[in-house]
Amino acid sequence: MDKKQIAGYDRRGFLIGGTAIAGAAAAGILLPSGAALAQQAKLKVGLMLPYTGTFAKLGVAITNGFKLAIEERGGKLGGRDIEYFTVDDESNPAKAPENTSKLVQRDKVDVVIGTVHSGVAMGMAKVIRESGTLWINPNAGADEVTGPLCAPNIFRTSFSNWQTTYGLGKVVKGKGHKNVVFITWKYGAGEQAMGGFKEGFEKEGGKLIKELFVPFPQVEFQALLTEIASIKPDAVVAFFAGGGAAKFLKDYQAAGLKGKIPLYGSGFLTDGVLDAVGDAAEGIETTLHYADGLGTKKDDAFRLAYAKTYKQQPDVYAMQGYDAGQLLAAGMEAVKGNVSDKVGMIKAMETAKIDSPRGAWTLSKAHNPVQDMYLRKVVGKENKVQGVAWKALADPARGCKA
Amino acid sequence: MDLAFFLIQLLNGLQYGLLLFLVASGLTLIFGIMGIINLAHGSFYMIGAYLAWSLSSMTGSLTAAILIAIPLTVVLGMGLERLLIQHLYKRDHLYQVLLTYGLILVFEELRSVIWGDDVHGVAVPALLSHSIPLTENLSYPVYRLAISGVCLLLAAGLYFLIQKTRLGMMIRAGASNREMVQSLGIDIKLIYTLVFALGIALAAFAGMINAPLSSVFPNMGGGVLIICFVVVVIGGIGSVKGALIASLVIGLAETFGQVLVPELAGMVVYFLMAVVLVWRPEGLFGGRS
Repeated sequence: MDKKQIAGYDRRGFLIGGTAIAGAAAAGILLPSGAALAQQAKLKVGLMLPYTGTFAKLGVAITNGFKLAIEERGGKLGGRDIEYFTVDDESNPAKAPENTSKLVQRDKVDVVIGTVHSGVAMGMAKVIRESGTLWINPNAGADEVTGPLCAPNIFRTSFSNWQTTYGLGKVVKGKGHKNVVFITWKYGAGEQAMGGFKEGFEKEGGKLIKELFVPFPQVEFQALLTEIASIKPDAVVAFFAGGGAAKFLKDYQAAGLKGKIPLYGSGFLTDGVLDAVGDAAEGIETTLHYADGLGTKKDDAFRLAYAKTYKQQPDVYAMQGYDAGQLLAAGMEAVKGNVSDKVGMIKAMETAKIDSPRGAWTLSKAHNPVQDMYLRKVVGKENKVQGVAWKALADPARGCKA
Repeated sequence: MDLAFFLIQLLNGLQYGLLLFLVASGLTLIFGIMGIINLAHGSFYMIGAYLAWSLSSMTGSLTAAILIAIPLTVVLGMGLERLLIQHLYKRDHLYQVLLTYGLILVFEELRSVIWGDDVHGVAVPALLSHSIPLTENLSYPVYRLAISGVCLLLAAGLYFLIQKTRLGMMIRAGASNREMVQSLGIDIKLIYTLVFALGIALAAFAGMINAPLSSVFPNMGGGVLIICFVVVVIGGIGSVKGALIASLVIGLAETFGQVLVPELAGMVVYFLMAVVLVWRPEGLFGGRS
């Protein structure tokens, strides 16, 4: 067979098809954009998450959680099927505006779900604020997203960095610690978590006597552990996550500090690393908006369904993805699938009460969850809930003018 | 900082420096002596760590895991050299950069498929798992000291191999004039294959014995890659001695940088590198060529 001929045929076929589509689209413009037409089209959901690199596991967990929420509603939202557009953001802030534009401009998605890395989220915010596309952020905790960068179309179903440690101040002071050292990576999330702790702790009369920073993402802690030993604070509070958290916990124990100077942290210090650190984390108390052993009906059902569908246990990230699906569903059902009624949709979303595995939550004015922060304690391989460290904690949304 | 803590920080710095040398030693061979830019160096470090984790959870012993894993990485190194690297000796460095960058992506993906994306821990061998108390609340893990010892042995061994043995002489000769060495009847192809495999095995070995300290996690190689190149550049291309001294200097600079100038801690090492490059562009111990 002549290859050229096939190619020629294909090209012609493509051109004919293309013309037909263009014609249909042109006809579509002439029709009133009523709800009847909108309901037939699929809802375009853009997933902008890390699927490679350090945060790949988190991206997958969020996607799984999100899709589970949709599947529980028969795979439809407001009567419309879902069409997914996926972009791997590689946790690369430099590519964030371009990747967001791909979804918003090229694919013309109705809603963007993303992402994990705060730096990428900042890049997304710029594009999304200009386009006005709905955005549900299922993890990235940068305070700015629901602070100075807040907008009617920007939502978050996770936390602000400030939130994860503000309540911890009261906990640490309540244990009788007065002079405390904070250690974290020198990057946005670390500094914001430290800011939240400092505010909460000093309000209770505690004193943050030293702020220690490790260059991000370095994991050599020996020098600063030595410094902690020489300062001899009443307690140490840490913000690390993932592999760095695992190493920090082990180094803290190996340096002989565990058991001599109590260690606290935001929940990310002990989430997803307990298998890796052996007994180095045992007994450490942290605060987070999710915990093991909540024992509520909703949480049990969620964990069971997730385990059945994906053959693994859900984590905090899967839960946040699940809630992103629930929040979108609340909006879509209120406007019966008519996404062009953006005002109605936003109104429904910002007043929704989300029945979450973490416990019910609502949104603040800046669209960040107002949620209970749990006190958890590492027992074996679980972050067991000890109680509520702070009831219905709302991020102060500093700088939000929308 | 009183004297006791100054001495402990000094120990921290030296110990970290030796660890850096261990991680960079493979790169010293491949980049420093063979002249191949191997961006995938960090990937081999990661592969070593993951092998140590998976084999030690199978056999129950880190030592056994290391003994099994080292031949595997040597074979991997020889295979890669024969299949891919040897075609690039005569080409521009850019081709080596492209190829080894591609290898990073391949190995990351393979790692994700084979071992998943979780964080894993490797237990410190029981014999070395205690700590020596230094002050009332600070102790020093014996395992760290043991690694330092291994690093010193390795440095001495490498120096001996390159400077004092016949094989080392052939390697150095091959590095400066491949054709001449070949025409003298020496199988330079085989030597290069061996040296490359040794470099890969060293990188993987570093990952293995460092696994109990660092934990095992995706992209762990990315973090060590840059600092390894800094070590080789400061030390001088082709010098094992230079790499050792550079590692120690960087270890000390980083440690005291974090304590004394915390605001600039992330920059100290690169500032150091810039100074060395201006003062001695060929590195501290690099031969002028």
